[in-house]
Amino acid sequence: MTPKIALRDVHKSFGSKHVLRGVNLDVMPSESMVVIGGSGTGKSITIKTILGLVRPNKGEVWVDDIRADKARGRKRDVLLDKFGMLFQGGALFDSLSVWENVAFRLRRTMGQDEAREVAITKLRRVGLGPENADLFPGELSGGMQKRVGLARAIADDPEIIFFDEPTTGLDPIMADVINALIREVVVEMGATAITITHDMTSVRRIADKVAMLHNGVIQWTGPVDDMETCGDPYVDQFIHGRADGPIEALR
Amino acid sequence: MAVLSALHGFVAGIGASFLGMLRATGALTLFAAQGIIHCILPPWYWRETLRQMLKIGYFSLPVVGLTALFTGAVLALQIYIGGSRFNAEGVVASIVAIGIVRELGPVLGGLMVAGRVSAAIAAELGTMRVTEQIDALTTLSTNPFKYLVAPRLIAGVLTLPILVAVADIIGVMGGFLVGVNRLNFNASTYIANTVNFLEAGDILSGLYKAAAFGFIITLMGCYHGYNSGRGAQGVGNATTNAVVSASVLILAANYILTELFFST
Repeated sequence: MTPKIALRDVHKSFGSKHVLRGVNLDVMPSESMVVIGGSGTGKSITIKTILGLVRPNKGEVWVDDIRADKARGRKRDVLLDKFGMLFQGGALFDSLSVWENVAFRLRRTMGQDEAREVAITKLRRVGLGPENADLFPGELSGGMQKRVGLARAIADDPEIIFFDEPTTGLDPIMADVINALIREVVVEMGATAITITHDMTSVRRIADKVAMLHNGVIQWTGPVDDMETCGDPYVDQFIHGRADGPIEALR
Repeated sequence: MAVLSALHGFVAGIGASFLGMLRATGALTLFAAQGIIHCILPPWYWRETLRQMLKIGYFSLPVVGLTALFTGAVLALQIYIGGSRFNAEGVVASIVAIGIVRELGPVLGGLMVAGRVSAAIAAELGTMRVTEQIDALTTLSTNPFKYLVAPRLIAGVLTLPILVAVADIIGVMGGFLVGVNRLNFNASTYIANTVNFLEAGDILSGLYKAAAFGFIITLMGCYHGYNSGRGAQGVGNATTNAVVSASVLILAANYILTELFFST
């Protein structure tokens, strides 16, 4: 089967700082891939490279049969239409109400009433009632903002969804609610998902497969069930949160 | 040896600054060109443009109006004092009108709007950059230049001339109030002198300048906000740079435009 997303020897540097040093990763259709790794290892840069927000210095990024890193103009628009993304901080537009945020992409093809109706349906899907539709992001709690971000990410039923640190800053109960929602919508929609996180609870809840990013390369990748027993010292140290091991920790 | 090393460091510093300036000029030119292209080519976000027109134009009216009112009043007093030294007190009305309409209306109005609007745009876009809202726009298949930059540029170019036209009227009125109430000019003579000596070219040159200043103000706000650094310090720097660069460019552009209008 052809991968939905494929990264081939992707390199990215910022000045003298080499963030990605040859990332190779295949994500199959309808698969939920979780990329783990320490802070500053390039997890966010990896998904931003797939989205075209960051241009790689070397390597290839494929989405279906489109060379994503070379896509420009109309081709890039077609490509971006396939994606939905939940940002770490929500990245909701402050000047727009909740329903306008959710319906942002829908407004290109729908009238106001229809878009609002779909937005309210999507808000319900993530556990928010219609009474929240006319609120502004500043009036919402962190957990509610994540839900709105999730509703916006799935509003247009995208083929691919990215989740950037979906549970960061949430209490454990809200984090579990968000994890469950992510798993449900991904399975329900049959979407291909990439989640980046260092929250191991999220990994076990969301992932079909796991990839460990360290030193700018994918150190290990495999099914989530194999993660505990894979024998890779990097994965072992990371998932058990040990200070001692091949991953150097600053003290 | 130490002197040579210090000299080398000094020259290298100048070279690095010069290269940095060239790089910044190139980046700004590309940004402006991209902004203009997105103003011309569809789709246009009219709702967003109208919102920006309201923010830039309508909400700047009090500060610009007050500036114009006091400037016109002071101008009338100063010209009266200066003019009385060679028995030319009668020129107060016409010089106030010409001074306000050709220079002070657009320049002071532009500078006041630069302080208010450039800073606000840079802070808004800078915060959007830091909180990944600009990246979010891209992932929602929306070009940030189309949605954020083009509406602000259009709004700046369209609203500044209207704002300055209102400021011109208020400024002349400021001169009139002082002229009639403080300097004891006859009201109808003052108005007649204002109207008779003012030409269409005077008004139009001021409005053209205002449109150019509107472009500069919004461009500087957008450029510095869009390219803002991380964190509160990054946004703070973007805001300061936007106001300073917009103010300096307004004064420089004012000279160039005045030369252009003067020579025609």
